[in-house]
Amino acid sequence: MALPSYTETRYRIWHYIYLTICTFVFFFLIAPLFVIFPLSFNAEEFLVFSEGMKNLDPDAFSLRWYKDMIYGTKNPWGLAAKNSFIIAIFATIGSIILGTLAALGLSSRHMPYKGLIMATLISPMIVPLIISGVAIFFFMAKAGLAATHTGIVLAHIILGTPFVVITVTATLSGFDHSVTRAAASLGSNPVNTFMKITLPLILPGVISGGLFAFVTSFDEVVVVLFLAGLENTTIPIQMWTGLREQLSPTILAVATCLILLSTLILISAELLRRRSERLRGINR
Amino acid sequence: MSSETKQILTTDGIPLEVSLKKAEKKNKIKAFLLVAPLLLFLVITYIFPIGDMFMRSVDDKMITNMLPKTFKAMEKWENLEELPPEEVYRSFYEDYKLLAENQQHGKLGQRLNKEKNGFNTITKKLFRQIKRKKIDESVSLKEQINKLHKRWRNVEYWLAIKRTAPPYTVAKYLKGMDMYFDSDGSITQVEEDRRIHRILWLRTLEIAFFVTLFSFFMGYPIAHLLATLPMKYSNLLMICVLLPFWTSLLVRTASWMILLQQQGLVNDFFVMIGLVGDDNRPEMMYNKVGTYVAMTQILLPFMVLPLYSVMKTISPSLMRAGKSLGGTPFVAFWKVYFPLTIPGIGAGCLLVFILAIGYYITPALVGGASGTLISNQIAFHMKTTLDWSFASAMGLMLLTGVLVIYWIYNKLVGVDNIKLG
Repeated sequence: MALPSYTETRYRIWHYIYLTICTFVFFFLIAPLFVIFPLSFNAEEFLVFSEGMKNLDPDAFSLRWYKDMIYGTKNPWGLAAKNSFIIAIFATIGSIILGTLAALGLSSRHMPYKGLIMATLISPMIVPLIISGVAIFFFMAKAGLAATHTGIVLAHIILGTPFVVITVTATLSGFDHSVTRAAASLGSNPVNTFMKITLPLILPGVISGGLFAFVTSFDEVVVVLFLAGLENTTIPIQMWTGLREQLSPTILAVATCLILLSTLILISAELLRRRSERLRGINR
Repeated sequence: MSSETKQILTTDGIPLEVSLKKAEKKNKIKAFLLVAPLLLFLVITYIFPIGDMFMRSVDDKMITNMLPKTFKAMEKWENLEELPPEEVYRSFYEDYKLLAENQQHGKLGQRLNKEKNGFNTITKKLFRQIKRKKIDESVSLKEQINKLHKRWRNVEYWLAIKRTAPPYTVAKYLKGMDMYFDSDGSITQVEEDRRIHRILWLRTLEIAFFVTLFSFFMGYPIAHLLATLPMKYSNLLMICVLLPFWTSLLVRTASWMILLQQQGLVNDFFVMIGLVGDDNRPEMMYNKVGTYVAMTQILLPFMVLPLYSVMKTISPSLMRAGKSLGGTPFVAFWKVYFPLTIPGIGAGCLLVFILAIGYYITPALVGGASGTLISNQIAFHMKTTLDWSFASAMGLMLLTGVLVIYWIYNKLVGVDNIKLG
């Protein structure tokens, strides 16, 4: 963004103001996440930087909150993490299967009432979570699925499928349908064509939709608060309870782990996006 | 000869037109069958329950089922200025006696008390008389009941019972707007100091509006920078937008709680630059400031991403052309660049507004009492007061608002244009 040498002074000034604003906004976006790291290694119980930490005294840092997170007595994090992963994995699988099938149907040019059906399928993304929570709770209570893992998994499939539908439809929009016709003319049956031709080509879209579904489920708290019993507690629920009652440094240790997880997910999502663009022949 | 040219036959001897239609229909069914599992699943677990919410919000069958005879007798009560006839009293007595035998009379008293204050006392009185068998069914029940309490002699109370007869009511919706049915059936506003819901609706709109505004003014410059920088720099800066986007909402809220607390870093910084005294640190959490700051940071990526994807498609030569035709950089930006970004602005603003208007977790944690929004109120009625029909009514009012905004969004940008990441 180097300015040409003939730029007038006032535009030069304006340009630097603009860069300053941008720097400030980027700082505002990313800095809060980095407060959590050092504080989670705090040796003391308070959530402020102690004098020792400010002077980088090694004694002021410790792993005690990480130990507490893993070994702490009557600690809910182990159960919560187990539940969170089980629920998120099953919800992701369900979302991927239902969402990919629906996206394949929606991308067909023969699909009747496309607009209306698309709007219905992605409605869980638009409707405020609190309303989805109330509605899903009424259903699960009637079906006897409240406070069960199955109920929460089904609820998260509802919330996760719109992401899969959107990403897979987007991938399919650049899809060359003549390859499936070619496969069919060479004698392949539809299932075989899907597994051997279509799926490998749309796989990046499917996986990135799946990542969205996974994160949605893993991070979801509003609907789970309505549905979960003591046995179904998840990481977000424990964090919510912890933040409401008392901010303990253990929560920060958990938060640090979650940030690491989201960094991993971010990297895989970016790699997938690039691969998908390469496969679809979009060059930038 | 003419018929041969009109009808082209396939090898099976079926006209081509018919055969083609058949194939098209088959394709249609195939496409629909692929969508069917998800559609069916969503209709059963999601769309119907939202309909169920509506039924609950208007449902008032409880009292209709409790006093069947009374309401039947009341159909014959013509002069509403005077007390109802003996027949109504007798039917009410019979209904009430049955309820008392089934231990259901308390529910009726509470429900009627909501309709008109003072009912609980007089129904309890009637219950005690029935229990002691002090009521003689062979003589006029009207006189006996009227003697129990002066309120039974007040026609207002009988009118209140009559008003509860229809199995459906919009009372919960009125309550959500701080209104109620007056004794003569007209819609009245509650007293000024008790209008809590209207404050919440206005506050929700206000916060959603300002969060959208802040996100726009912060998101536009950085989306522009990201779209115009060379790829290797912009990819690096994009992490600043995407990492918060992928990070748990609760983690980000927690980090704001640490930053904004009274001994937190933001206050430390203010003290350091001498803005405030060390003993006079301002409260930045548990009020609107906290809600604004945290919500803006959390929703900002949803503004930046649509803006970025639109700005990326604008060719830089357009700005150069504007400048070469004699426009200053400001004019070129305002007349050429800005109009081209309007689809992105529409998408970003409506996305942030829709998300903000239904926000629940962050306001509940950093908002304190003055930061609670309508969603918090819905959750409160779902979990604490257990007034599910009222929670449903407020939820549907919120949903209607969101659908209107969504409809505008669809008109302006189209649902298919939603881009993720």
